[in-house]
Amino acid sequence: MSAPAVLAAATIPDAVTFALAAVICVVGALGVVLMRNPVHSALALVMTLFGVAVLFVEQDAQFLAAVQVIVYTGAIVVLFLFVIMLLGVDRRERVLADTFRGQRVVALVLGLMVLAEVVLLARTRWTTGAHSVAGPLDGPGSNVAKLGRSIFTTYLIPFEVTSALLVVAVVGAVVLARRPGLGEPSGEAPDEADGASPVGPGASGPGAEAADAEAADAAGAGTAESTAGAGAAAGAGAAVTR
Amino acid sequence: MPDPLFAHGVGLAVVVIVLVKVVVAFTVLLVSTMLMVWFERKVISDMQNRIGPNRAGPFGLLQSLADGTKLFFKEDLLPERADRFVFRLAPLLAVVPAFLVFAVIPVGGIVTIAHHTVELQVADPPMGILFLLAMSSVAVYGTMLAGWSSGSKYPLLGAVRASAQMISYEAALGLTVVTVVLEAHSLSTRSIIASQAQHFWQWNVIRLGFVPFAIFLIASTAEMNRPPFDLAEGESELGGGFNTEYSSLRFALFYLAEFMNTITMSALAVTLFFGGPDGPGFHFLRWLWPILWFLGKTTAFCYVQVWIRASLPRMRYDQLMDLGWKRLIPLALGWLLVVAGVNLSAAWGFAIIGGGVLAAGLLYQSLSVGRRRRETVTQPPAARALAGVPLRPVARPGGTGG
Repeated sequence: MSAPAVLAAATIPDAVTFALAAVICVVGALGVVLMRNPVHSALALVMTLFGVAVLFVEQDAQFLAAVQVIVYTGAIVVLFLFVIMLLGVDRRERVLADTFRGQRVVALVLGLMVLAEVVLLARTRWTTGAHSVAGPLDGPGSNVAKLGRSIFTTYLIPFEVTSALLVVAVVGAVVLARRPGLGEPSGEAPDEADGASPVGPGASGPGAEAADAEAADAAGAGTAESTAGAGAAAGAGAAVTR
Repeated sequence: MPDPLFAHGVGLAVVVIVLVKVVVAFTVLLVSTMLMVWFERKVISDMQNRIGPNRAGPFGLLQSLADGTKLFFKEDLLPERADRFVFRLAPLLAVVPAFLVFAVIPVGGIVTIAHHTVELQVADPPMGILFLLAMSSVAVYGTMLAGWSSGSKYPLLGAVRASAQMISYEAALGLTVVTVVLEAHSLSTRSIIASQAQHFWQWNVIRLGFVPFAIFLIASTAEMNRPPFDLAEGESELGGGFNTEYSSLRFALFYLAEFMNTITMSALAVTLFFGGPDGPGFHFLRWLWPILWFLGKTTAFCYVQVWIRASLPRMRYDQLMDLGWKRLIPLALGWLLVVAGVNLSAAWGFAIIGGGVLAAGLLYQSLSVGRRRRETVTQPPAARALAGVPLRPVARPGGTGG
């Protein structure tokens, strides 16, 4: 199915919504890559996620749209921002230098391969045997009800296995972050704190200790009780700030 | 059930009705926010045995307008170290979700305007109540970015506190909302009030037992950063918190968002637990009574919010986190399971109550073990004071922390 056919099949409001959301997504995605400041990159990521949420609503996948915003923008990107803000943004980092030799060539080749794969998969249906979904599901009941029913009946085992995986990840993050046997890296603590200036855009100095303590504080809460990602990243924060 | 307004296609009349709903909701919310500021100041001053604002207009009603005008004409400062773009963006991120949440709240019954069936709420999306959770998770950004972009210490500390607090209490808030959804069998706010509409003993506050409502009230107060959970702006510690560096109109936007959230959360408590616009009506002006009931209940809740603010002292940060993670979330989760079990059958309900009691005992035991271990670990008191919480109970060979 070619692009003009898809556009012709949709109504005008649908097409306009899709175009706007697509522009938001792409601009946000470019922003993630091109922005100099990591905080701005994270905000651009939020923009992309919102665009995707709008596309979900457009496809009548209301529940996915809401969960997209709650989980990704509300939890995961907030976590990114936490880590960026508290561990400090080293703005002198040379973004343009290659970390590995030949990195760009490999990235380009891999990127083109992924693009080719996406194009190939989008045009055929030989991977899963299912048609792509372009519109509301058939049958009675709301979108949420259908989703809930299929998760808790047909796909119950994958669902439970995923939740077990998440629990394992949380426990693993806590175990890794605590390192009970390694003792106290007290001699390194001041250097670490200087290297990772925890305060906003381009500020440091007296009061950094207080911010460090706050970081350790938030990290403690995260390590003990939050989600897998929160545990891992915030725990790493605790390891650095002490 | 989809919005009946769109059942017969979207014509000019439908578009006009939607626009009118949006404009009316926007205006009413702004005006009631203004009145809420006045109401809060007046009630608090009554409770503190003083007069409060009484110069601008009758009973000082126009005081908020005067303050707003003053703020509008103040100098707009931009700190030198601030991240200019984010600094300007943050107040908008605080105020826009506050407006949007109100869109899903049903303020009245269902009326017929020019042969169109109109629900008296701006939007009735099928995801309804999830929209609230999504918007409250966006609201975190306003606070967080405001604190970070100011480029100074106290705002950053305020922002960290605020966002950790909002994320923590969102879990408890979400669990109570799920309890309501279980009972209503729908996420749509209109269906939630319809499920409570028959008699007042079918209101969720009674039907679900008092506990989810109490948790909702506590968690929503914490979510809004209102006293006694206003650590984010603790004046005595942080000089104003995340909005220290803001002035003029941008400060006014934060202020607006805070009071707007108070109104919205009160309206939401009414929707989820007190039947929304449900209440006895009369035959004349049939459309008016639900709106009056809704306004009355919401005002009562706003009063409760002010009352809480006036009477409770601010919590300490570790107390706040303990309350959220160790008490409210397990309680909300256990209550959710009991409600789910009772929905299946009485036997399941009792089985889950038994399991809940057992789990609570185990949890209490594990917490007390943790507390004993923490007491045995020696740590310098300075580190504890800085961190604000007793540090994590890590058994360290060296024995010194921080």
